[in-house]
Amino acid sequence: MSERTDVTLNVNGRFYPLRLEPRRTLLDAIRDECGLTGTHMGCEHGVCGACTVLVDGAPIRACLMFAVQAEGAMIRTVEGLANGDRLHPLQRALIAHHGVQCGFCTPGFLMLAAGILEREPEIGDDELLEALSSNLCRCTGYQGIVAAVRAAIAEWRAGSS
Amino acid sequence: MKPAPFAYHRPATIDEAVRLLAELAPQDGRVLAGGQSLVPMMAFRLAHPLYLIDINRVAGLDALGVRDGKLCIGARVRHATFHRPAGDGPLGAMLTAIVRHIAHYPIRLRGTFCGSLAHADPAAEWCAAAVTLDAELMAISTKGERVIAARDFFRGAMETALAPDELLYEARLPILPHDTRFGFAEFSRRAGDYALAMALAAFRLEGGLITAPRIGLGGVEAFPRCIAAAEAVLEGQAPDAELFRAAAAAAAAAIEPLEDGQADAQYRRELAQAMVYRALTSTSPPANERA
Amino acid sequence: MSADPNTSAGPVLGRSLPRLEDPPLVRGRGRFVGDISFPHQLHMRVVRSPYAHARLRAIDVAAALGAPGVVAVWTAADIADLPAIDFRDPAAEALRPYRQPLLAEERLRYVGEPAAAVFATDPYLAEDAADLVAIEADELPPVLDAAAPPGRFAEGLSTSQGLSTSQGLSTEAVEMHGGYGEVEAAFASAHAIVALDLEIGRHSGVPLEPRGALAYWDASRDVLELYGAAKVPHRNRDALARMFGRAAAAVVLKEGNTGGGFGVRGELYPEDFLVCLAALRLERPVKWIEDRRENLMAANHSRQQRHLVRVAVDAEGHVLALDDELYLDQGAYVRTHGARVLEMTIGMLPGPYHIPAYRAVGHFRLTNKTPAATYRAPGRYEGSFVRERLLDAVADRLGLDRIEVRRRNLIAKREMPFSRPLSALGTEIVYDSGDYALLLDKALAQIGWDALQTELKRRRAAGELVGAGLGIFVDKGGLGPADGARVTVDTTGAVELVTGGSNVGQGFATAMAQICADALGVDYRRVRVVYGQTDRIQYGIGAHASRASVMTGGATHAATLKLREKALDMAASLLQAAPGELNIEDGVVVHRGRPGGPSIALGEIARHLAPDSPVLGDRDPGLCAEGWFRTSHMTYPYGVQIAVVRVDGDTGQAAVERYLCAYDIGRAINPMLVEGQLVGGIVQGLGGALYEEFRYDERGEPLSVTFADYLMPTLREVPPIEILLTEDAPSPLNPLGIKSAGEGGITPVGAVIAAAIDDALTLPGAITRLPATPQRIKALLRAAAQRARPVAAEG
Repeated sequence: MSERTDVTLNVNGRFYPLRLEPRRTLLDAIRDECGLTGTHMGCEHGVCGACTVLVDGAPIRACLMFAVQAEGAMIRTVEGLANGDRLHPLQRALIAHHGVQCGFCTPGFLMLAAGILEREPEIGDDELLEALSSNLCRCTGYQGIVAAVRAAIAEWRAGSS
Repeated sequence: MKPAPFAYHRPATIDEAVRLLAELAPQDGRVLAGGQSLVPMMAFRLAHPLYLIDINRVAGLDALGVRDGKLCIGARVRHATFHRPAGDGPLGAMLTAIVRHIAHYPIRLRGTFCGSLAHADPAAEWCAAAVTLDAELMAISTKGERVIAARDFFRGAMETALAPDELLYEARLPILPHDTRFGFAEFSRRAGDYALAMALAAFRLEGGLITAPRIGLGGVEAFPRCIAAAEAVLEGQAPDAELFRAAAAAAAAAIEPLEDGQADAQYRRELAQAMVYRALTSTSPPANERA
Repeated sequence: MSADPNTSAGPVLGRSLPRLEDPPLVRGRGRFVGDISFPHQLHMRVVRSPYAHARLRAIDVAAALGAPGVVAVWTAADIADLPAIDFRDPAAEALRPYRQPLLAEERLRYVGEPAAAVFATDPYLAEDAADLVAIEADELPPVLDAAAPPGRFAEGLSTSQGLSTSQGLSTEAVEMHGGYGEVEAAFASAHAIVALDLEIGRHSGVPLEPRGALAYWDASRDVLELYGAAKVPHRNRDALARMFGRAAAAVVLKEGNTGGGFGVRGELYPEDFLVCLAALRLERPVKWIEDRRENLMAANHSRQQRHLVRVAVDAEGHVLALDDELYLDQGAYVRTHGARVLEMTIGMLPGPYHIPAYRAVGHFRLTNKTPAATYRAPGRYEGSFVRERLLDAVADRLGLDRIEVRRRNLIAKREMPFSRPLSALGTEIVYDSGDYALLLDKALAQIGWDALQTELKRRRAAGELVGAGLGIFVDKGGLGPADGARVTVDTTGAVELVTGGSNVGQGFATAMAQICADALGVDYRRVRVVYGQTDRIQYGIGAHASRASVMTGGATHAATLKLREKALDMAASLLQAAPGELNIEDGVVVHRGRPGGPSIALGEIARHLAPDSPVLGDRDPGLCAEGWFRTSHMTYPYGVQIAVVRVDGDTGQAAVERYLCAYDIGRAINPMLVEGQLVGGIVQGLGGALYEEFRYDERGEPLSVTFADYLMPTLREVPPIEILLTEDAPSPLNPLGIKSAGEGGITPVGAVIAAAIDDALTLPGAITRLPATPQRIKALLRAAAQRARPVAAEG
């Protein structure tokens, strides 16, 4: 009844031909089938956001989507954020503003913030905070994360103006 | 927290979807739309459908547009679509005001308006909006189409009038008159949490007096409804704080609140009263009458 | 709180340098236990009790055994040769009957208790099979209130302690006594007595990464490896070796990245033993990754206490005596810590104040809930809530200012070191240094206390429910007895620092690299810090109870000074100079007085110290050194926290507008990391004060098993937090003057928020129970309105 099916996922521009059960979540497929373990499993019910990835540019919870549903989509994970050795401005800002402690929520926050910035570059600060409240962090108290995202946005805007 | 096995179907057309539904619904088949409520339930194995019919690639269901004086929202229209107003009138502004209260940004990018109605969580914002605005809900199956009025759609917590083999393919919200005033208020423990109470208020003024008032309450009872007693208080009166207080008190008196660990009946009644009052006091003149 | 952008120039210690841990973490290159896999590994799924309390009749595993991918299914009968999980430190004999078995035996004692374990080739299949395991049991009434009269834990008599009743073993495992002085006499002569009934809710660390364990038995070397270690890998290695009858060297624990510790992760739980045992018996690697539902019902809970407490004061508000009877809800079993949280609660409750006479009676009670243990600042979050609530109540009773009451009772700087005939973590309490009054002054100045009071009064007069709360506390850290470290410089000049520490996200590697780099004279980025690998160093103190900086830092400092000495000695011989004339700058030995003179790099020195070096002489080969740090007392950092809270009168929701934490760290290795620890702790504290609570229904069913029900703060619930970090009282107990930072943030938060809510509601003493949920606050407002109404009606 639960036959495996062939699915090809495009993650960070690379194609991964997979054979899996439809019930396998996108999160588990990215981690266990594609071997990209930077996307983390924190709650598996869509609340914590540690598994946030971009699917066709939208930051979504990879635990709330089945891998079969992502066929044909452009998936981006934390591993695809840096450009070779050059870190993404958000990555640099998280280091500079002490937005990382244990680092478990970090990839999810990075992909959430990257998705917000790309989709809504003119987002206001209040809406930004509302959007960033989507993900949980248990170590930092959020202060460093917020400072980092604000700094990266400022840099982004200065660079694009 | 891994979902139980299921067989997966991905129809390309409505016809195909309803044919699959007719065949599989009796064998525990379910529609998968945004999946933001169903998939967590499957992760906890509180839901274990044997078949999933994924409508995310069904042609035409992503349409959002105005037809015959109604905003028609296809079954694939995501919550986040309403981050920007759908149209210039008060309806678009109202939906934009409401959508910010729905869960969190990534959930809104995936979850759908119609999926939220079909799931019928007592605390779902769109359910309260649909009832308050007299939405028409369009159901289709192999037997044909039917229109279900929102007020007849919700039957209980997570219970609707939709038959297992029916697909809710579109919701239709009447376009509000341009001079409609509205306010929405909700209370939840944290940002993005399920509301413990919410209220949507809408009315127009004729000669300075309230006409066609609507007071919808959600998160308070097993399913959202309009509170006629509160609407009656408002009808034909001049809006002021005293009147709004009276309407809020009437609403609080007319409900049988849900009880849970977050809110006992008394507390939820107080919250409902506060939210009705806040929704009413936050109603502001439509954009074209301001400044 | 941002990092110093100029990483190479200037001194290394005391600077906010960027963390060495971050670059891989921001690229998704961390290696958390879930990221590690071995070929042919099995996945364990634990079948958990659906009952809070039941007599177990049978567990039918036949269907599960026949399910696809299943290799084995175990119940208690399959592992009957293994004992219950032992305590880490020697604990009272009386506690032994309350230890948790690996799998439930005759009784099920909490919802979530491991009852069977399924081993399968895939986690999805393992979960499918686990659903097929049928538990037959007869439900028994659960014990859910630790303050109710004790019931029966088990039939039969206990062997000692007189704790058993004629009906069997009591649910009160221990009654602990602490105190000193003439309590009764003080109460008899008191000007006033204030009594409170206070409750702290059940909450816990809830790290964002659930627990995980991966065991691999290398038969060729007969070594059992366990990945997913944290906190105390060396102690856990010893415990595992004891349990399985293996040599300590035949068990290797490996810590990778860990997604938050907070006291919860890194304790040995049934699952850790089960994966190890399965790897040995099934001869395949076995992996277990906890899911969130399990995490919320099976990882240690903490905090739940009720205190019936009274204080005797004179007319000026001086405390004469404190008398506390407390009930600790331990949950279903006593885990690795024994009764340590109770001991710490009693020992640390008096805090920064003179308490001339003190009596505490602690009831350590078993209930049918998830077992409890330590969570960041165990005993102090609870004790600070009790103590500071009392001080506020005294001020209210005597009509005194709450700051003034505190000032009158604070221990003075001149009294340091200040000892108390109490113990915590088994050591006598001796406050090493501190100027509490000075920090209080600084905190009040920083927040502008007087102006704030005026402003709050004005806002309250305008109808707002807004107020401020304050709490003063002493924390503790740096418990010994000893820790060691080994430093090596290789021929490329790279430094390796091998420690027995643990990095649970706090920036341990960066802090240790800074200490080492500062003492040696190299760029801190050249220091590779090893931690949590039991096969790299024989002993290790780990990361618990805020001791890493002091203990491992002290050992690192000592080892590095020895290495420096050896390097300078060799360099002096090679450069024909006296060692005293030489210095190490950026990894190169130079003449102090002669810039541009002869020099030699550390890597070069290491080459000359090779075993076959012609110039080795009678030196021991290698540019390496080992160092130890020993101490018999703890360090006691302290702080003052102030919050401004606004309450929504319609909903009862309390929102924190402003938060200040003034904290004396002794000396900060990296101020940015200290601030990060404090802020993170405060936000967790806000969670316990306002949001987080493990709730149970009347049948003992846990109601907080999802993240939609266990409410941790998002950034929307968190105000900007100001940190005032001072270094006025360095510790005399270690050469660097370091105290500790891990737990000071969270310690007084419950007390501070409660005081601020009282002030906002103008209902002194209203908050007696945490968390202060909107429903509870609304009930207080309702009750106050009802009290006021008859008066208004008559008037």
